Amino acid sequence: MNRIFLYSFTEMALYIHKLLENAITNTVLLQITELAIIGVTLLISLVILCFFLGWMERRVAAFMEIRLGPNRVGPQGTLQIVADTVKLLFKEGLTPNKSDKFLFNLAPFIVVTASMLAIAPLAFAKNFSIYDINIGVLYVSSVSSLSVLGILMAGWSSYNKYSLLGAMRSGAQIVSYELSVGLSLIAIVVLSGNVSLGEIINSQQNGWWIFKGHIPAIIAFVIFIIASTAEINRAPFDLAEADQELTGGYNTEYSGMKFAMFLLAEYINLFIVSAMAATLFLGGWMPFHIGDWESFNKIMDYIPSSIWFMGKTFIIIFIIMWFRWTFPRLRIDQLLNLEWKYLLPISMVNIIIVTLIAIMGWHF
Amino acid sequence: MGSSALIMLLVCGIGFAGAGIVISFILAKTSKNALKGEPYECGIETTGTSWIQFNVGYYLFALIFLIFDVELVFMYPWAVAAKQIGIVALIEIIFFMFVLFLGLLYAWKKGALEWK
Repeated sequence: MNRIFLYSFTEMALYIHKLLENAITNTVLLQITELAIIGVTLLISLVILCFFLGWMERRVAAFMEIRLGPNRVGPQGTLQIVADTVKLLFKEGLTPNKSDKFLFNLAPFIVVTASMLAIAPLAFAKNFSIYDINIGVLYVSSVSSLSVLGILMAGWSSYNKYSLLGAMRSGAQIVSYELSVGLSLIAIVVLSGNVSLGEIINSQQNGWWIFKGHIPAIIAFVIFIIASTAEINRAPFDLAEADQELTGGYNTEYSGMKFAMFLLAEYINLFIVSAMAATLFLGGWMPFHIGDWESFNKIMDYIPSSIWFMGKTFIIIFIIMWFRWTFPRLRIDQLLNLEWKYLLPISMVNIIIVTLIAIMGWHF
Repeated sequence: MGSSALIMLLVCGIGFAGAGIVISFILAKTSKNALKGEPYECGIETTGTSWIQFNVGYYLFALIFLIFDVELVFMYPWAVAAKQIGIVALIEIIFFMFVLFLGLLYAWKKGALEWK
């Protein structure tokens, strides 16, 4: 064990793996134990992440509106969300009389599971991911679009006009913006020539794609941020749960823990989208390097890879939270116009330019 | 870790949601009241059914999406190989995008993208 162990997740994982290998001889049992450890660690860290994001959301909102925000429970109000969750735990979970009870209870499961599955290929630190699938980009985009099923299910089964309207809006919005997200993902796939997230990060060793790919990569990045903000139903695209017109949108009838599950999934999705943007465009865990400036590069290398990844992700999360307090909400026709008449044609042309750059080798 | 990690994630998701809901079910106090099961609106009783007809526009957009999304999946194999194939890949994608764009223009002209 050396000094690097202290801040390298990879070393830590290998160390635990070796310990377990010595203790358990049965290979099947060993794998099950390891999976259980990963699962429990993941769940705990996700819950902490969601607590943090909920707190951050409220503090950022307060900061934008020049007020204090939650600051009583725990240091700087960090435990406020924990208190809220405990409160939700003691709330009765109501089911409307005329609702489709099976679908109503199934919807939270689908939403949470879909967002949980999309975490698998994300690299949290250097060579540190749950399962770096060789079709990572395709996998994330397909799995994360499953959550629209849960939202439609929740809205339809609630037997409530607000819920139905919210779910329909959400369905139209999520499927529309998925095209732009997909096209900007493909731009990066063309540039790097790989679909696996690990390989895409490795291809950014000498510079992140947002710098290497010239203007088309920046266009793809901007389109990705706009479209994925719409895909996770956040303001200014929060038509699906517009509080002022639809009370709660698709989750109007949900209460207690089932409601908390929707909230949790929303925050996990926010994290996944930001992590994907950081991985594809900003180099994931790759440190920031400037050309051949040896001394600068060396200092940057000393910052642990996990901090690079988390830092980039949280900057993007902050930008998405910033949107909410900067832009007014769009109307449904403006929303669909923006996607089908502006973003989609622009990203289609962008793909051609990106291909030209990739084939001619004009990127660095 | 292999594909068993995906099964683990599936179990994690279902187990987490299930555990939360079950613990809440045990802890929370419940009371019976006929009005609790009514749909939440503005305080007045709901008129008619809540499963109402909705704007056909949503359906149209879903249909156009279906076509485009299938094309998007077709593009993944091309995107991986584009760099190795070289200039032929560029010509192919220009042609592909042109046909796709004609489809979009057709839908646009037919008024499928207008919200009524």
